[in-house]
Amino acid sequence: MAMAVDVISWMLLTAGGFFVLVGGIGALRMPDLYTRMHAASVTDSLGAMLVLSGLVLQAGFSLDAVKLAAILIFMLFTSPTSANALASAALLAGINPGLAKPWRQEPRS
Amino acid sequence: MLYYAVIVAILATMALALARALLGPSVYDRVLAVNMLGTKTVLLLAVAAFFIGRPDFLDLALTYALINFIGTLAVLEFFRVRAQRRLAEEEKGD
Repeated sequence: MAMAVDVISWMLLTAGGFFVLVGGIGALRMPDLYTRMHAASVTDSLGAMLVLSGLVLQAGFSLDAVKLAAILIFMLFTSPTSANALASAALLAGINPGLAKPWRQEPRS
Repeated sequence: MLYYAVIVAILATMALALARALLGPSVYDRVLAVNMLGTKTVLLLAVAAFFIGRPDFLDLALTYALINFIGTLAVLEFFRVRAQRRLAEEEKGD
Protein backbone atom coordinates (compact mmCIF):
# COMPACT_ATOMS: atom_id res chain seq x y z
CA MET A 1 0.00 0.00 0.00
CA ALA A 2 2.73 2.45 0.97
CA MET A 3 4.69 1.37 -2.10
CA ALA A 4 1.72 2.07 -4.37
CA VAL A 5 1.21 5.52 -2.83
CA ASP A 6 4.92 6.23 -3.32
CA VAL A 7 4.81 5.21 -6.97
CA ILE A 8 1.71 7.33 -7.68
CA SER A 9 3.28 10.29 -5.88
CA TRP A 10 6.50 10.03 -7.89
CA MET A 11 4.54 9.77 -11.13
CA LEU A 12 2.60 12.94 -10.24
CA LEU A 13 5.79 14.77 -9.28
CA THR A 14 7.59 13.81 -12.49
CA ALA A 15 4.63 14.80 -14.65
CA GLY A 16 4.41 18.08 -12.77
CA GLY A 17 8.08 18.83 -13.36
CA PHE A 18 7.67 18.03 -17.04
CA PHE A 19 4.71 20.38 -17.43
CA VAL A 20 6.48 23.13 -15.51
CA LEU A 21 9.45 22.84 -17.86
CA VAL A 22 7.22 22.81 -20.96
CA GLY A 23 5.41 25.94 -19.81
CA GLY A 24 8.71 27.71 -19.17
CA ILE A 25 10.01 26.89 -22.65
CA GLY A 26 6.71 28.07 -24.13
CA ALA A 27 6.82 31.33 -22.18
CA LEU A 28 10.27 31.98 -23.62
CA ARG A 29 9.66 31.01 -27.25
CA MET A 30 6.10 32.13 -28.05
CA PRO A 31 5.89 35.15 -30.37
CA ASP A 32 3.22 37.25 -28.69
CA LEU A 33 2.29 38.46 -25.22
CA TYR A 34 -1.03 36.63 -25.13
CA THR A 35 0.39 33.36 -26.36
CA ARG A 36 3.08 33.71 -23.68
CA MET A 37 0.34 34.14 -21.10
CA HIS A 38 -1.28 30.99 -22.41
CA ALA A 39 1.99 29.08 -22.01
CA ALA A 40 2.62 30.46 -18.53
CA SER A 41 -0.87 29.47 -17.39
CA VAL A 42 0.07 25.85 -18.14
CA THR A 43 2.76 25.99 -15.48
CA ASP A 44 0.56 27.94 -13.09
CA SER A 45 -2.36 25.53 -13.18
CA LEU A 46 -1.35 22.05 -14.32
CA GLY A 47 2.26 21.96 -13.20
CA ALA A 48 1.57 23.38 -9.76
CA MET A 49 -1.46 21.12 -9.32
CA LEU A 50 0.46 17.95 -10.17
CA VAL A 51 3.51 18.83 -8.04
CA LEU A 52 1.43 19.78 -5.00
CA SER A 53 -0.76 16.66 -5.37
CA GLY A 54 2.35 14.51 -5.35
CA LEU A 55 3.59 16.26 -2.23
CA VAL A 56 0.19 15.75 -0.56
CA LEU A 57 0.56 12.02 -1.17
CA GLN A 58 4.05 12.18 0.34
CA ALA A 59 2.83 14.03 3.43
CA GLY A 60 0.06 11.60 4.34
CA PHE A 61 -2.62 12.46 6.89
CA SER A 62 -1.06 15.39 8.73
CA LEU A 63 -1.14 19.15 9.00
CA ASP A 64 1.31 19.43 6.12
CA ALA A 65 -1.26 17.97 3.74
CA VAL A 66 -3.75 20.63 4.85
CA LYS A 67 -1.16 23.37 4.24
CA LEU A 68 -0.39 22.00 0.77
CA ALA A 69 -4.08 21.82 -0.06
CA ALA A 70 -4.46 25.44 1.09
CA ILE A 71 -1.61 26.51 -1.22
CA LEU A 72 -3.18 24.57 -4.10
CA ILE A 73 -6.66 26.05 -3.65
CA PHE A 74 -5.24 29.55 -3.25
CA MET A 75 -3.18 29.28 -6.44
CA LEU A 76 -6.19 27.84 -8.26
CA PHE A 77 -8.14 30.99 -7.38
CA THR A 78 -5.44 33.61 -7.80
CA SER A 79 -3.78 32.50 -11.04
CA PRO A 80 -6.81 33.27 -13.28
CA THR A 81 -7.31 36.55 -11.43
CA SER A 82 -3.74 37.65 -12.14
CA ALA A 83 -4.03 36.53 -15.77
CA ASN A 84 -7.28 38.49 -16.18
CA ALA A 85 -5.79 41.64 -14.66
CA LEU A 86 -2.67 41.33 -16.83
CA ALA A 87 -4.62 40.82 -20.06
CA SER A 88 -6.99 43.70 -19.36
CA ALA A 89 -4.12 46.04 -18.52
CA ALA A 90 -2.21 45.04 -21.67
CA LEU A 91 -5.29 45.53 -23.85
CA LEU A 92 -5.91 48.94 -22.32
CA ALA A 93 -2.30 49.92 -22.97
CA GLY A 94 -2.82 49.18 -26.67
CA ILE A 95 -0.87 45.96 -27.16
CA ASN A 96 -2.61 44.23 -30.07
CA PRO A 97 -3.14 40.47 -29.93
CA GLY A 98 -1.69 40.12 -33.41
CA LEU A 99 -4.58 38.15 -34.85
CA ALA A 100 -4.45 39.93 -38.20
CA LYS A 101 -0.74 39.38 -38.76
CA PRO A 102 0.47 37.18 -41.63
CA TRP A 103 1.81 33.75 -40.86
CA ARG A 104 5.45 34.50 -41.51
CA GLN A 105 6.61 37.01 -38.94
CA GLU A 106 10.04 37.48 -37.48
CA PRO A 107 10.52 35.43 -34.31
CA ARG A 108 11.26 37.74 -31.39
CA SER A 109 13.30 35.21 -29.48
CA MET B 1 15.97 10.74 -4.24
CA LEU B 2 13.79 11.67 -7.18
CA TYR B 3 13.22 15.13 -5.71
CA TYR B 4 16.34 16.17 -7.61
CA ALA B 5 14.56 15.95 -10.97
CA VAL B 6 11.66 18.16 -9.87
CA ILE B 7 13.99 20.70 -8.26
CA VAL B 8 16.16 20.87 -11.39
CA ALA B 9 13.07 21.30 -13.61
CA ILE B 10 11.73 24.12 -11.43
CA LEU B 11 15.14 25.85 -11.35
CA ALA B 12 15.45 25.61 -15.15
CA THR B 13 11.98 27.10 -15.53
CA MET B 14 12.95 29.94 -13.21
CA ALA B 15 15.99 30.61 -15.39
CA LEU B 16 13.76 30.70 -18.50
CA ALA B 17 11.34 33.08 -16.79
CA LEU B 18 14.25 35.32 -15.82
CA ALA B 19 15.42 35.35 -19.44
CA ARG B 20 11.92 36.37 -20.55
CA ALA B 21 11.87 39.09 -17.90
CA LEU B 22 15.19 40.44 -19.11
CA LEU B 23 14.37 40.54 -22.83
CA GLY B 24 10.61 41.08 -22.72
CA PRO B 25 9.67 43.77 -25.26
CA SER B 26 6.90 45.29 -23.17
CA VAL B 27 6.37 45.95 -19.49
CA TYR B 28 3.60 43.36 -19.34
CA ASP B 29 5.91 40.59 -20.50
CA ARG B 30 8.11 41.40 -17.54
CA VAL B 31 5.17 41.40 -15.16
CA LEU B 32 4.10 38.01 -16.52
CA ALA B 33 7.61 36.62 -16.12
CA VAL B 34 7.90 37.89 -12.55
CA ASN B 35 4.51 36.39 -11.68
CA MET B 36 5.65 33.07 -13.14
CA LEU B 37 8.87 33.28 -11.14
CA GLY B 38 6.88 33.81 -7.95
CA THR B 39 4.75 30.75 -8.63
CA LYS B 40 7.89 28.72 -9.24
CA THR B 41 9.34 30.02 -5.99
CA VAL B 42 6.30 28.72 -4.12
CA LEU B 43 6.68 25.31 -5.78
CA LEU B 44 10.42 25.25 -5.07
CA LEU B 45 9.84 26.04 -1.39
CA ALA B 46 7.24 23.28 -1.12
CA VAL B 47 9.46 20.69 -2.80
CA ALA B 48 12.59 21.75 -0.89
CA ALA B 49 10.70 21.46 2.40
CA PHE B 50 10.15 17.77 1.73
CA PHE B 51 13.61 17.39 0.22
CA ILE B 52 15.44 18.43 3.37
CA GLY B 53 12.84 16.75 5.58
CA ARG B 54 11.62 19.88 7.31
CA PRO B 55 7.97 20.59 6.37
CA ASP B 56 7.89 23.81 8.39
CA PHE B 57 8.85 25.63 5.21
CA LEU B 58 5.30 25.16 3.92
CA ASP B 59 4.28 28.22 5.96
CA LEU B 60 6.88 30.18 4.00
CA ALA B 61 5.46 28.87 0.73
CA LEU B 62 1.91 29.86 1.71
CA THR B 63 3.03 33.35 2.74
CA TYR B 64 4.97 33.78 -0.48
CA ALA B 65 1.92 32.81 -2.53
CA LEU B 66 -0.11 35.54 -0.81
CA ILE B 67 2.64 38.15 -1.27
CA ASN B 68 3.13 37.23 -4.93
CA PHE B 69 -0.55 37.61 -5.78
CA ILE B 70 -0.96 40.95 -4.02
CA GLY B 71 2.27 42.30 -5.48
CA THR B 72 1.28 41.38 -9.02
CA LEU B 73 -2.11 43.03 -8.64
CA ALA B 74 -0.53 46.19 -7.18
CA VAL B 75 2.00 46.52 -10.01
CA LEU B 76 -0.69 45.94 -12.64
CA GLU B 77 -2.95 48.55 -11.07
CA PHE B 78 -0.07 51.03 -11.15
CA PHE B 79 0.57 50.45 -14.86
CA ARG B 80 -3.17 50.47 -15.65
CA VAL B 81 -3.58 53.89 -14.04
CA ARG B 82 -0.56 55.16 -15.95
CA ALA B 83 -1.95 53.91 -19.27
CA GLN B 84 -5.35 55.46 -18.53
CA ARG B 85 -3.71 58.80 -17.77
CA ARG B 86 -1.75 58.67 -21.02
CA LEU B 87 -4.93 57.88 -22.97
CA ALA B 88 -6.73 60.81 -21.35
CA GLU B 89 -3.86 63.15 -22.25
CA GLU B 90 -3.92 61.95 -25.85
CA GLU B 91 -7.67 62.57 -26.07
CA LYS B 92 -7.16 66.04 -24.62
CA GLY B 93 -4.44 66.68 -27.20
CA ASP B 94 -6.78 65.67 -30.01
